[in-house]
Amino acid sequence: MGEAVKVREIRAMIAARKRWDFAFGVVGMLALMVGVLTFAALFVEMIVEGAPRLSWDFFTQFPSRKPDQAGILSAWVGSTLVMLVTAATAVPLGVGAGVYLEEYAPRNWITDLIEINVTNLAGVPSIVYGLLALGLFVYGFGLGQSILTAGLTLGLLILPVVIVATREAIRSIPAAIREGAYALGATKWQTTADHILPYSLAGIMTGIIIGMARAIGETAPVITIGALTFIAFLPQAPLTGDPPAGLLDWVMSPFTVMPIQMFNWTSRPEAAFHQNAAAAGLVLVVMTLSMNALAIYIRYRLRRNIKW
Amino acid sequence: MTSLSRGKYRIEIVPDHFVSDRLARRQLRHVKERIIELLLFLAAFVSVVTTVGIVVILVRESYVFFQAVSLWAFLTDSQWTPLFADAHYGIQPLLAGTLVSSTVALLVAIPLGTVIAIYLSEFAPFTVREVAKPFLEMLGGVPTIVYGYFALLFVTPLLQKIFPELPGFNLLSAGLVMGIMIIPYVSSVSEDAMRAVPMALREGSYAMGATRFQTAVRVVTPAAFSGIAAAYILGISRAVGETMILAVAAGMQPNLTWNPMEPAATITAYIVQVALGDLPHGSIGYQTIFAAGLVLALLTLVFNALGHMLRKRYRQAY
Repeated sequence: MGEAVKVREIRAMIAARKRWDFAFGVVGMLALMVGVLTFAALFVEMIVEGAPRLSWDFFTQFPSRKPDQAGILSAWVGSTLVMLVTAATAVPLGVGAGVYLEEYAPRNWITDLIEINVTNLAGVPSIVYGLLALGLFVYGFGLGQSILTAGLTLGLLILPVVIVATREAIRSIPAAIREGAYALGATKWQTTADHILPYSLAGIMTGIIIGMARAIGETAPVITIGALTFIAFLPQAPLTGDPPAGLLDWVMSPFTVMPIQMFNWTSRPEAAFHQNAAAAGLVLVVMTLSMNALAIYIRYRLRRNIKW
Repeated sequence: MTSLSRGKYRIEIVPDHFVSDRLARRQLRHVKERIIELLLFLAAFVSVVTTVGIVVILVRESYVFFQAVSLWAFLTDSQWTPLFADAHYGIQPLLAGTLVSSTVALLVAIPLGTVIAIYLSEFAPFTVREVAKPFLEMLGGVPTIVYGYFALLFVTPLLQKIFPELPGFNLLSAGLVMGIMIIPYVSSVSEDAMRAVPMALREGSYAMGATRFQTAVRVVTPAAFSGIAAAYILGISRAVGETMILAVAAGMQPNLTWNPMEPAATITAYIVQVALGDLPHGSIGYQTIFAAGLVLALLTLVFNALGHMLRKRYRQAY
């Protein structure tokens, strides 16, 4: 009699605990849903407000005082050119630093110092990079508010992302590959260039793409260096100036970028400009998300295909 | 070079100064290797140079600023009006704005981020995890200016339906959206920490008859505590350094308030405001943004250092 009661009590206890389990599963799903719903709301808002403004003209016209004639031509051209400089800065420096830290660096205090700096820089707010650029590039080096300044700034900003991705990609290559190359008499650089880099290329690419996606959406540092918000002309197209010096004229040109154009339209009181902001935002979101998706896809395929 | 033949062996007599082609190639290769190593080292050293650059620029400009404004006034004056005729340089209003907006953001990001991390690490079926993780990553990849637009023109009107007296610019909606933005940072670092807890601990807990929830809350979470704390602290540092959401949605007027329903400027928003104007290089207004930046950099430095220390601890634990 007493035994049966006890069993029933235990069953009740187990059922209660299982209910907690179930309840937490639901709470977890709900928490995820908050993220999903916010994202959905953001995306739908951009589409509802912005999609009607998206037309060929929107991409081929300069900003204007009349909202229905304003476009993002100077913004997307500026973004593209700035990204060229950013990639030219961040890719060689980031991959080089990653290779050095994984393959070459001796264990000493200088290496420790570099590693601490990389982790620390990853956490520095982007606007502080803007201040660095304002003090150093704009006034220190006299580069002005140019494409070059913005590109260098964003390049430094995403450097930790590229370095970390490069290191992780290199670290996943088994030591046997290196030993095989050394056994055949290859030097360190031959091993690195012919084996380590090609095998870690996919991982490095994901890092570069994620870094570039971040750079393209960064607003604060570019505003801080004093980029103009209203640009109704295009910088000279790359490589069209008088060679040899004129080839690089474009990097010294004033510019605006997509996020700044969007900021400018968002901070105006007229609702018509807000539609332009939404349209620019939609373009920006689609661009950064597709870059992120590409990176995730590359990583996913990498994980499935490589079996050392 | 002469050579002698003794039976089937041939002995080459090489003069002292002679360097064979192969040896010469090897030497050249050696030099090349060293040059490449040096170049790679320089690439890695850029990060050190960047840090030094940030410190030098911030300190140098702030130094000039603090010659005009005493540190005491900077910390105790309750007004921040550097661009007015009656200039006051008290950092308190900006700090208050930063603190209030960060608090709102963390009240969103920490509970949601933690629950998501526990759910993904201990509860979610494989397929949910495979979909949710990249999705969260994308949520973190949306440009902050887009979040700013969303906060100002979607969340604020929505909140105004609940609180009709809410002003168009306010710290609340900016903080809420910032919280959503920070969720992925909190959840991914926490989840990594929980993943690092050895399976044996979970198995032991299950063997004692504990349920999933009990195991997650009483075994895994305490074991991953320092990693989770690191996630929170990195989240705080994100919130403190966030710029565009606040500059767009919280307004840019310094306002010493602890009420999230009011508009106020943060340190970051102030820097943006000044940068948008046309302040001459070298003026005191120009230097204020470096002083504000120095405060910001110090704040985030403290949080980041703390976060990395805690993160290192959980890595060493197992």
